[in-house]
Amino acid sequence: MIRVRDLSKYYRVHERPPGLLAAARSLVHRKTRTVKAVDGVTFDVAGGERVGFLGPNGAGKTTTLKVLAGLLHPSGGEALVDSHVPRQREEAFLKKIMLVTGQKQQLLWDLPPAETFELNRALYDVPRASYRETVAELTQLLELDGLLTKPTRQLSLGERMKCELAASLIHRPRVLFLDEPTIGLDVTMQATIRNFIKRYNERSGATILLTSHYMDDVAALCPRVIVIDRGKLSYDGTLDELVRKVRPEKRLVLHLERAVAREDLERLGRVVSHSDAEAVLQLEQQAVAATVTRALAALPVTDLTLENAPLEEVMSELFSRSRAAREAAAPAGE
Amino acid sequence: MASVASTVRALPALFRIGFAQAVAYRAEFLVWVLSTTMPLIMLALWSAVARDAPVGRFGQREFVAYFLATFVVRQLTSSWVSWQMNYEIRHGVLAMRLLRPVHPMIAYAAENLAAQPLRLVVAVPVALIALSSVGAAMLPRDPLLWLVWGVALLGGWLITYLASFAIGSLAFFLESSIKAMDVWLTLFFVFSGYMIPVELFPPTVRSIASWLPFRYQIGFPVELLTSAHGRAQALTLLLAQWAWVAALGAAALLLWRRGVRTFEAYGG
Repeated sequence: MIRVRDLSKYYRVHERPPGLLAAARSLVHRKTRTVKAVDGVTFDVAGGERVGFLGPNGAGKTTTLKVLAGLLHPSGGEALVDSHVPRQREEAFLKKIMLVTGQKQQLLWDLPPAETFELNRALYDVPRASYRETVAELTQLLELDGLLTKPTRQLSLGERMKCELAASLIHRPRVLFLDEPTIGLDVTMQATIRNFIKRYNERSGATILLTSHYMDDVAALCPRVIVIDRGKLSYDGTLDELVRKVRPEKRLVLHLERAVAREDLERLGRVVSHSDAEAVLQLEQQAVAATVTRALAALPVTDLTLENAPLEEVMSELFSRSRAAREAAAPAGE
Repeated sequence: MASVASTVRALPALFRIGFAQAVAYRAEFLVWVLSTTMPLIMLALWSAVARDAPVGRFGQREFVAYFLATFVVRQLTSSWVSWQMNYEIRHGVLAMRLLRPVHPMIAYAAENLAAQPLRLVVAVPVALIALSSVGAAMLPRDPLLWLVWGVALLGGWLITYLASFAIGSLAFFLESSIKAMDVWLTLFFVFSGYMIPVELFPPTVRSIASWLPFRYQIGFPVELLTSAHGRAQALTLLLAQWAWVAALGAAALLLWRRGVRTFEAYGG
């Protein structure tokens, strides 16, 4: 469905220090710098897959999505979405895709969302019968009752995001690019949006590419993740594999009947946190079975769970490792 | 981009939404109408000048007819697309427009035209005042000239729209295209006949005005409405007007195509 080969996108950034003198100087001499937002990225996505893009701010995730949605012209390499070259923005291509961003909206600000829906119906040439069916289904799944006839500006952020998603799906896109779809939403609303996206993918078989800062989004939605850092692809595979690779250690959470001494815990493994009722230990994979047996024998354990390190920690460790690797590779003084 | 057939099918919805938006912004719209009352001020000024003796062929009555017609034509031929584009390009909002399967040049045009019915609410009463105060004697009697006027009104709107679109596209390259629009508007005020009828200019300036696009935005349709031209001259000027429509259309498309390649879809 999506084929990306050696894709790059460079931006020219005009640099100007603050101050009047610098402003005057920039009139005659403009200093520009090239920023490699995406730098030689290659991957494929099969039809119906849900793929999460991970990376720190400015890593190139959103740029990649925008190139794939036809908004940005790549500086090099090749991108194909269902055999279309996105930057040509052919009608057939635009009718198959949609980009939803948490920060930009397509809903008409002063009109009720129903008007945007109707506009999209006409623009995407959706037959009336299937339009009614789609709107009924979206209204039910996203609980839009009562929202569609209020002016968009009077909706809350969460309500707006639900309507935004619904408006984007009127033409039932085969490929959906989601850029931070849950940004700024409360936990319940995040979960609603997340469940909805998953169901849409399962029902329609649409391909979904998603960026998010909320690891919960990625963990719940994306069996496969692509990590981009400084414009380069640094990992492509399953989330589990990524966690195993970066943080092979497991976390043993012990629920305790009464307080135990820290030294007793330290004998079993590295103590991550410790309170009267709970202790979290970090263990090597191969030591798990033996440690569990010892803990059950030596400590007043009422219950225990075995977990991976939180995804946030895994990611920050991954990024700090790649930063360290870059610094080590860079010549001194740069 | 979108095929002609599906664009045509989408047009009614684009017009309907454009009109709904214009109605939603009715307060801003009224303020905008107030900002276009310059012809009425010029009317007062020039009628005072012509009180004692006519200026060229313009007596008081002619000035009243000319500037009321100018007000009406200006209402019907305006476009705010360059401000809209400047904002949408700089803030990355254009991204949402680029995702839709209709060319932004068509979508903006439909939105701008959709506000025309509201403009008529202002333009029609002014036209009626003009008719009752100066009578219908100055209107052309030749049906062909009315036809030419209709085409010239469309041409006037297209020049305004396409020039605005081309200048709006400059926002892809410049940090703001508003300054370029200011330059255009300054020239427009001088050469379009908006403040001074073109025929009152000295011959050299008049001939410069005939080569520039501005006169064809306002002056030419107004001149037709006030019977300033016979058939032959009207058709020659119409030809010149549509040459500008073609040239500005080509410039607008060229700048758009170049510009959209450099679009950086900021934000989000």
